[in-house]
Amino acid sequence: MSTLDKTPVKRDEILFEYLVRLADDRLILGQRLSEWSGHGPELEEDLALANIALDMIGHASGLYTYAAEIEGEGRDEDDLAYFRDDIDFKNFQMLEQPKGDLAYTIARQFLFSLYSYLLYMELKDADDEQFAGLASKHLKEIRYHLRHSREWVLRLGDGTEESHRRIQDAFDDIWMYTGELFEMDEVDKKAAEEGFGADLAKLRKPWKEHVDEVLDEATLTVPDDNQYMASGGRTGFHTEHLGHMLAQMQFLRRSYPDAEWT
Amino acid sequence: MKESANGTKQNEWPLWEVFYQPNNGKPFEHAGSVHAPDAEMALQNARDTYSRRNEGINLWVVPSDQIVASTPEDQGPFFDPANDKAYRHPQFYSVPRAAKKRK
Repeated sequence: MSTLDKTPVKRDEILFEYLVRLADDRLILGQRLSEWSGHGPELEEDLALANIALDMIGHASGLYTYAAEIEGEGRDEDDLAYFRDDIDFKNFQMLEQPKGDLAYTIARQFLFSLYSYLLYMELKDADDEQFAGLASKHLKEIRYHLRHSREWVLRLGDGTEESHRRIQDAFDDIWMYTGELFEMDEVDKKAAEEGFGADLAKLRKPWKEHVDEVLDEATLTVPDDNQYMASGGRTGFHTEHLGHMLAQMQFLRRSYPDAEWT
Repeated sequence: MKESANGTKQNEWPLWEVFYQPNNGKPFEHAGSVHAPDAEMALQNARDTYSRRNEGINLWVVPSDQIVASTPEDQGPFFDPANDKAYRHPQFYSVPRAAKKRK
């Protein structure tokens, strides 16, 4: 079942791996966001976070479905989401971190939505019709996630003493997980060569510029890049939080594999 | 966070009325209300609460306390006089046969 034990060589294998990585990012963050349901600070923000969670899971679903089709081994989106272990998940470590307080959730959403926006601006022109189609469809929703989280960063940063402290702490805590977003490993390089992957290293500059701009407006301090940066999510190396989360997320499907909505 | 003119309680976000336009050229319709700290967030909350099922193409949000409403006591003087004036409705008049034919 593991996708880790073979290095993808053929175009289809690379595309499969690339799609699963993107899908894992979105499923894991979607699951984390869904933990806010019923716990939002106000009913309206509860709804907003649930909306974003559903969008994330929807994006993951589309990517998994296409990945399973490319793989052609009879697996479907549910197999990929519910029947792989933590070592098989390739999501960035940033996304599996517990939801924390609202400030942490918003800081992460802002950093990741901005990254996704820049990434999908490239992927919408991918040299693969179906993949490019998915990317441009999802881009509209990503734009909204970015707008929503950016507005919150501004309000929390330039808000009360407590909201300022909390969102600053959130950015400080999360910063060590941002390095991984721009690493180019073998799969990324091959995907770029094949014409459907983006040059992630190139995204770093516009990403950083926009983060600087927004945090500055929010009267926040951009954390120092010159610190320990976590890495390894793309090879299945995760923090202790992912396993617990998967146990909860996958339990029902694994215990009752044939369960259906009736 | 900006102080809003229509603040109700200290710890509660102000209330906004939400209107949506179903289509180009159609009048805006009242959808309901949302709580939000300011106009931009009110618009976003309105989008998340009322426009997820293709309801419309434009949204308005208006601070609820900016709406001037008639009161139940106004009902008599405002609306009753129209009760016995059926001739104010176009249906009151019968359409001449010649005009009907032209349709």
